[in-house]
Amino acid sequence: MTDVLEHAAAEGHSHDEHGHDEHHGPSGLLKWLTTTDHKVIGMSYTITSVIMLVVGGAFAELIRIQLMSPNGTLVNYAQYNELFTMHGSVMIYLFAGPFAFGALANFVVPIQIGAPDMAFPRLNALSYWLYLSGSITMLLGFFTAGGAANFGWVGYAPLSNAANSPGAGADLWIGALLLTGFSAIFTGVNLVATIFYLRAPGMTLFRMPIFTWNLLVTGILILLAFPVLTAGLIMLFADRHFGTHIYEVAGGGVPVLWQNIFWFWGHPEVYILALPFFGMTTEIISVFSKKPVFGYKGMVFATLTIAALSLGVWAHHLFTTGTVLLPFFSIMSLLIAVPTGIKMFNWIGTMWQGEIWFSTAMLMALGFVITFLIGGLTGIYLASPPLDFFAHDTYFVVAHFHSVVMALVFAGLGGLYYWGPKMTGYLLDERIGKSQFWLTFIGAQLLTFPMYILGLKGMPRRMANYPHDPQWKFMNDLSSVGAFLIGIGTLLFVVNIVYSWKRYPAGDNPWDAGTLEWFTSSPPPHHNFYRLPQIRSERPTWDYNHPDKKALAHGHAASEGNH
Amino acid sequence: MKLEARILLLLGLFFGVMVAVYWPWSHETGGSIMIFAGMLLGFLPGGYYWWWSRRMAPRPEDRDDGSLEEGAGVIGSFPGSSIFPFTLGMGAFCCVLAMVFGIWMLIPGVGLIFWALTGATAESRRSGEH
Repeated sequence: MTDVLEHAAAEGHSHDEHGHDEHHGPSGLLKWLTTTDHKVIGMSYTITSVIMLVVGGAFAELIRIQLMSPNGTLVNYAQYNELFTMHGSVMIYLFAGPFAFGALANFVVPIQIGAPDMAFPRLNALSYWLYLSGSITMLLGFFTAGGAANFGWVGYAPLSNAANSPGAGADLWIGALLLTGFSAIFTGVNLVATIFYLRAPGMTLFRMPIFTWNLLVTGILILLAFPVLTAGLIMLFADRHFGTHIYEVAGGGVPVLWQNIFWFWGHPEVYILALPFFGMTTEIISVFSKKPVFGYKGMVFATLTIAALSLGVWAHHLFTTGTVLLPFFSIMSLLIAVPTGIKMFNWIGTMWQGEIWFSTAMLMALGFVITFLIGGLTGIYLASPPLDFFAHDTYFVVAHFHSVVMALVFAGLGGLYYWGPKMTGYLLDERIGKSQFWLTFIGAQLLTFPMYILGLKGMPRRMANYPHDPQWKFMNDLSSVGAFLIGIGTLLFVVNIVYSWKRYPAGDNPWDAGTLEWFTSSPPPHHNFYRLPQIRSERPTWDYNHPDKKALAHGHAASEGNH
Repeated sequence: MKLEARILLLLGLFFGVMVAVYWPWSHETGGSIMIFAGMLLGFLPGGYYWWWSRRMAPRPEDRDDGSLEEGAGVIGSFPGSSIFPFTLGMGAFCCVLAMVFGIWMLIPGVGLIFWALTGATAESRRSGEH
């Protein structure tokens, strides 16, 4: 254990001998198993969740191959049910969530606020091990006699009860969600405690980078939402094995209760996924436009408002059950468009008159803004009950949330191109990166646009076969081509990592960025900093590197000489 | 500390208003209870921070002019490495697998958890030396 002496001023003694002794611990595999360093844990999270992205992506490709013909025979109906269930489950529970609040967040947040580690390093390590064992648990379902869970990633009662979904796959799915759920709760505790208690002197809340702000709000949202899911899952398990009737009409239970509980977690979860990616986009757009974030306080306000509203909209997933208060949930859902619009406006405002550098990270961030706009606008349609009654459970909904999550994938990839050099010390290749962007971007739009049309024509989701209709087949083929382009793009990413391996040394600050993580070395030393700059704005590294062009508080950049 | 308190209290207030609108309008129990609990999650820690923020001077990280020298000194003890998170995680893994593969898996599961809890406690008492 190291007692960390922190906050040696940059101008003063640059290396504090006592505080930053080189860490002598175990090496090799044992080092990985025993690490409590947030940077190593962040790397483990990143690698694991990107592997899960590839696994979930492979399921998606199989689904798209099946749908290329009206009576596709690649898989049978039972296997198709397993495929779409596990595609959704792997992508949401094992990739998007952990990648959002476990991977880059774990690595970047403590460094952005000048902290030596997360507040609870051992709890942080436990989060990772629970996440990894949860991922293994869920995928183990494929090796059981009955196959993996097959009731859709939402596990609606009564389809998920013991009579309709017998078999170990479903129980493994529940177990996996218990493990990853606790993992998320611990991460949430850690993020909030770190940001409340371990900031460097002068790093007031309103000087934190937007990424850190969003992770603070994400942490609070995790604490509000995830315990509800965990409780719901325990009740589901009790229904399946201990003879309770919480979700069974037969014993006096209410099946719709599961939908209420699930979506009370599920809708905040959308923002638990989205807020960290909003933060990444904000950082990237600001750095590559060479401007401070436009409307910093507006961004913070929007983040808090989105978080608060997101807990009041869960039942818009339940409009067609006829048991919910339509006007309330419709109004609340429509209201979310306002803070999201503020964010859109501020991203454009940040780029306005900036010196935009179209690096791969910036392209990915722009891809996010465009794709998220499409996903967000179609979400406004679905918030209106009359339209939702028409489009519910059709491909329109599938297209809507695939626009949203593909946008998040863009932001995540942008985050990897942006912070990857900080994590590894080496840049990724820009040419391969740009080809990856264009393939993925065209692929993503080609994937979702035909789905919107198919949905309005009435194609229901979760169907292995569909009626013979040349137009439907053509639309599905287009969609599949899009999926293959995304697949090739992802392969290019792997190629890029292999090709750029130790090829382009990054240096401390390859992008001339302004936040604290770019002040320390790449990769940062044990406990992150040998020295810190004085913190007087939300861009302390920029102030240190450009004393003539100091960033004043909240976007009023002293931009003499900029234009 | 004041701002931290204010954020949580405002969230609590928002959920309070929401449940006050939602419950009389819908009479739906499940959702109302969940929003009510959300309100508590805002008010309880928020109130705690508020109570403290009135009884302490602003910390260097709460002040615009906080300088790095003020934060000098030991700010915390961080474990360099520890095997017990892994042990605890694997114990939880075994317990979850016991739900599917048989109750016998609780034996290694609970064993590992017990080892991890005692080990981590002893490790903290030795202030983290191995």
